[in-house]
Amino acid sequence: MPHLRQGGGDMTPLIQANDLTILRPGSQDIVLQNVDFQIAPQEIVTVVGPNGSGKSSLVRALLGHMALADGRISRRPDLRIGYVPQRVQIDTAIPMTVRRFLSLPRRVSDEMASAVLARTGVDGLQARQLTQLSGGQFQRVLLARALLHDPNLLVLDEPTQGLDQPGIVAFYKLVEEVRRETGAAVLMVSHDLLVVMRASDRVICLNGHVCCEGTPQHVSSAPEYRALFARVAKMRWRYISTTTITITIMAMTTSTIITTTTAKAMHFHAG
Amino acid sequence: MLDDFFIRALLAGLGLALVAGPLGSFVVWRRMAYFGDSTAHAAILGVALSLAFNLSIYAGTLLVALVMAVVVTALVSRGQAMDTVLGVLAHSALAFGLVAISFVPSARADLNSYLFGDILTVGMADLTLIWIGALLVLGVLMWRWQNLLTATLNEELAMAAGINPRFERLLLSIALAVVVALSIRVIGSLLISAMLIVPAAAARALAPTPERMAANASLIAGLSVMLGLLSSLHLDTPAGPSIVAVAAIFFGISFVFRRG
Repeated sequence: MPHLRQGGGDMTPLIQANDLTILRPGSQDIVLQNVDFQIAPQEIVTVVGPNGSGKSSLVRALLGHMALADGRISRRPDLRIGYVPQRVQIDTAIPMTVRRFLSLPRRVSDEMASAVLARTGVDGLQARQLTQLSGGQFQRVLLARALLHDPNLLVLDEPTQGLDQPGIVAFYKLVEEVRRETGAAVLMVSHDLLVVMRASDRVICLNGHVCCEGTPQHVSSAPEYRALFARVAKMRWRYISTTTITITIMAMTTSTIITTTTAKAMHFHAG
Repeated sequence: MLDDFFIRALLAGLGLALVAGPLGSFVVWRRMAYFGDSTAHAAILGVALSLAFNLSIYAGTLLVALVMAVVVTALVSRGQAMDTVLGVLAHSALAFGLVAISFVPSARADLNSYLFGDILTVGMADLTLIWIGALLVLGVLMWRWQNLLTATLNEELAMAAGINPRFERLLLSIALAVVVALSIRVIGSLLISAMLIVPAAAARALAPTPERMAANASLIAGLSVMLGLLSSLHLDTPAGPSIVAVAAIFFGISFVFRRG
């Protein structure tokens, strides 16, 4: 359980999943096996894992978009999810302004639209076409849309894809701010291991099953996590050695400010 | 006034133009152009069946277009290589339709009117049916508008909002089949998808929102019907192709104003 940010309130998990087994649609291939998962109110949980480890399948199952081969999921009756899917691409054939997009499928007032856009720092873009936004602006618009209708859980599937390093750092900072202001719990799937782990209360390392789980410090020093990512790290790491990374994480957990330069060095793309 | 064949033709064309705007926009947005073709070409097979079994032309084409729409939708959901499958279906449907129609002696003479439409011979019964059908499809599109639009934009976002994208896709396919059946007398099997796609593509240029694009598409389709019929009357050109030709000129002009 994470530390409580606000006193009181119902701390029953928003979603609780037990012993999930998921097959690849239309086959017998096991994507996830015997996975337990829960997320408490106001908690930030990050799911990390290599490609094909079942991260997105877990999210889609929790959202109810995917059939379960086994296990059960219970959702709190007052659960309201704000969702940012992976790789949203808007076809240029569809004319769509930011304002119109926010009213799909439920219509919202201009005031509501303006309020959520302001919260994610993109108020004033209402009349712009979605296809003309920069990557960072578009992700903020998606996050703004997810914030409509007062969610108590935000689900963000690889929300920083296509952003540059400063953009990624700024986006996660924004997610933390939003959590603080709205009190919504956040479930993220990410590739940006080190940056995102910093902002998390709990990290789940997935590879077809839960390899390890716990605080960012715990997971980053867990042998399972290091075994899973060491090979990738050796191949991908451009700036500093893995030893330094571990030391950096330890140091980072106490600090709250990261400079863009450190962030650049810390960005870790396992993709 | 409705005794005049020209007025009847105009009204029939405008009824189709009204529904072609929004439906055609969905065809453009979802990149279903070839889908429209295969459904429309299958309609010729429907004509042959109707004549052979003494059915109404509308009933026969509707039946075959519906079957085709459902088959193609099922194939799309299974993720087949779409352009090849649709190309095969569209042209084989047309070929089988033409072969079948050659067995019906009475239809051989009229073949042209089913391929290219014969809007100038539209009667009161046709006119009534076209308007009822067009308003019905338009009503369904307006009723489901927000859901259809969300599912078209992004299926994951739609599912998260409790929308079933497969249902919305099926609904559009059925709407398309109905409009194809309604259009066969007016514009003919070969040019139906042009009537759906060309005005919508022309409307894309100046539209900031989906609603404006759909409305502009109806407007352009309506103007094409009027100018096409006038040119047909004064220059003695075939009516259906004249309408599509005018719409194509609008599309060309829209390039000058293109943005985004």
